[in-house]
Amino acid sequence: MYLLFGENITCGYGSVDILFNCDVGVNEGEISSIVGPNGAGKSTAMKALFGLLPIKQGKIILDGEDITNIPPQQRVLKGMGFVPQTNNIFPSLTVEENLEMGAFVEQHDCKKMLEYIYELFPVLKDKQYQLAGELSGGQRQQVAVGRALMTKPKVLMLDEPSAGVSPIIMEGLFNKVTEIANQGTAVLMVEQNAKQALKISNLGFVLNQGKNLFTDTGNSLLENKEVRQAFLGG
Amino acid sequence: MDFLNGITLISNYILIPGLTYGSQLALGALGITIVYSVLRFSNFAHGEFMSFGAMTSILLCWLFLSLEINLNPLPTAIIVLPFAIIITIFYCILVDKIIFKFYRRQNSKSVINLIVSIGVMFFTGGLIRFIIGPGDKNFFDGERFILKAKTFKNYTGLSEGLALKTTQGITIVLSIILVVLLFWFLNKTKTGKSMRAYADNKELALLSGINPEKVVFITWIITGTLACVAGTLYGLDKSYKPFTYLHLVLPIFSAAIVGGVGNPIGAIIGGFVIAFSELIVTFAYKKIFFYFLPNYLVPDGLLQILSTDYKIAISFIILVLVLLIRPTGIYKGKII
Repeated sequence: MYLLFGENITCGYGSVDILFNCDVGVNEGEISSIVGPNGAGKSTAMKALFGLLPIKQGKIILDGEDITNIPPQQRVLKGMGFVPQTNNIFPSLTVEENLEMGAFVEQHDCKKMLEYIYELFPVLKDKQYQLAGELSGGQRQQVAVGRALMTKPKVLMLDEPSAGVSPIIMEGLFNKVTEIANQGTAVLMVEQNAKQALKISNLGFVLNQGKNLFTDTGNSLLENKEVRQAFLGG
Repeated sequence: MDFLNGITLISNYILIPGLTYGSQLALGALGITIVYSVLRFSNFAHGEFMSFGAMTSILLCWLFLSLEINLNPLPTAIIVLPFAIIITIFYCILVDKIIFKFYRRQNSKSVINLIVSIGVMFFTGGLIRFIIGPGDKNFFDGERFILKAKTFKNYTGLSEGLALKTTQGITIVLSIILVVLLFWFLNKTKTGKSMRAYADNKELALLSGINPEKVVFITWIITGTLACVAGTLYGLDKSYKPFTYLHLVLPIFSAAIVGGVGNPIGAIIGGFVIAFSELIVTFAYKKIFFYFLPNYLVPDGLLQILSTDYKIAISFIILVLVLLIRPTGIYKGKII
């Protein structure tokens, strides 16, 4: 039983469908990756799960509850955190204000969560009064992830967290993702760097042309010859 | 002695009027900048909103005076100001609900909203002239001067006088209070921060659960307050005439753009840049040369760079120059 499950989803933009009867999901405290070539519908699947796109068919289940028809803001309250691929920070707000905005809907233990995030990303503590727009790409991603974590989500959704950051930073970021999952927050992410993503994932979903091609554990997918040849470059 | 006389002359004719006029422009430019950054359009109706605020103050002043409530030696306008602010806010929100909301729902482009705001400007201007008439209204009462030129002369023994009008004092003090409050609100309160977040990245603000309608509501509260105070202060200082507010839109927009649109600090600095430029360019320097230069070097003419009739052109020239040379303004704002 998945914690967050998009079951049999068909959706797209306007009359053009991108996803066809697609299944994606993540278990409690685990990491799932959605991988696939460009135009496979990875980001579309993310948007559909978060309610940013209307769904034509299928349903989305969070913790046993059908959330197909509720707006994104309320999904945040239900325990979903989303980090978009681009424009995922408030550039003219300070790092701390960015994080505070993440906890806008519930303030109960804002201070505690801030401490937790500064522990997770120590560099943000040093830069807490700096404008987020002045940070480097990797630091911005940390702010973005931190902002989404402020509501203590059950599921954290990351759309291409490694886009635009250097390989070294990317590795650090993936380590943090593992750490977040170990602390009990399930992570569902879309990644271009399929190999590295699958390495740390419990489950992998390989999409192609909007359809599920393979679904297996991260390691089995890495060893699967067909997947390697078609999507992981040998 | 000549040196001190010269300094007094500059203070009396440039420094104090510049600070007063600059504060009025800064408050107006702040209103424009805030609407621009949160609602994403240039609100040309802002000048008329200021006029509306001033008109409300005048009507309330008449009412209060007929009830024999006053604040001597301070002008009655000070007591009525809070009520006038509430009425102006109410008008702004009404206009938003009836007009701007419709275009917001449709996700209209910023230029469509701009044209709509011009419509609102003409409507509001008409409404104001319909209610109070197009003529000059002077609603200043109470003590005229905080410091009279004559008192200053007697006290210091200088031949030049320095006067501080009550309206000038009130304008500067009220502007400082309002700006401090505004910055405190924007930087320290949760609602203010959410407003800045919404202005910064609308989509992410929605994802964070910030309620857009509430942000819009608060934006109009702030805009209405700024417009009413700026309009009333301007009317108090220079007497109220509905048409002058139509011309006031230009220097206010120049101030906002010179400072960097979308940046509140820029709007304040822009306000003073425009105000001082207008005064410096239209000031007759003959007397200053008289004090600072030996007599045989003082020229015969008035030494005025431009006649005061061209005052409005100066803000226009500055606007054009800024747009040509540095379109982002002094502080990097958004490029229009």
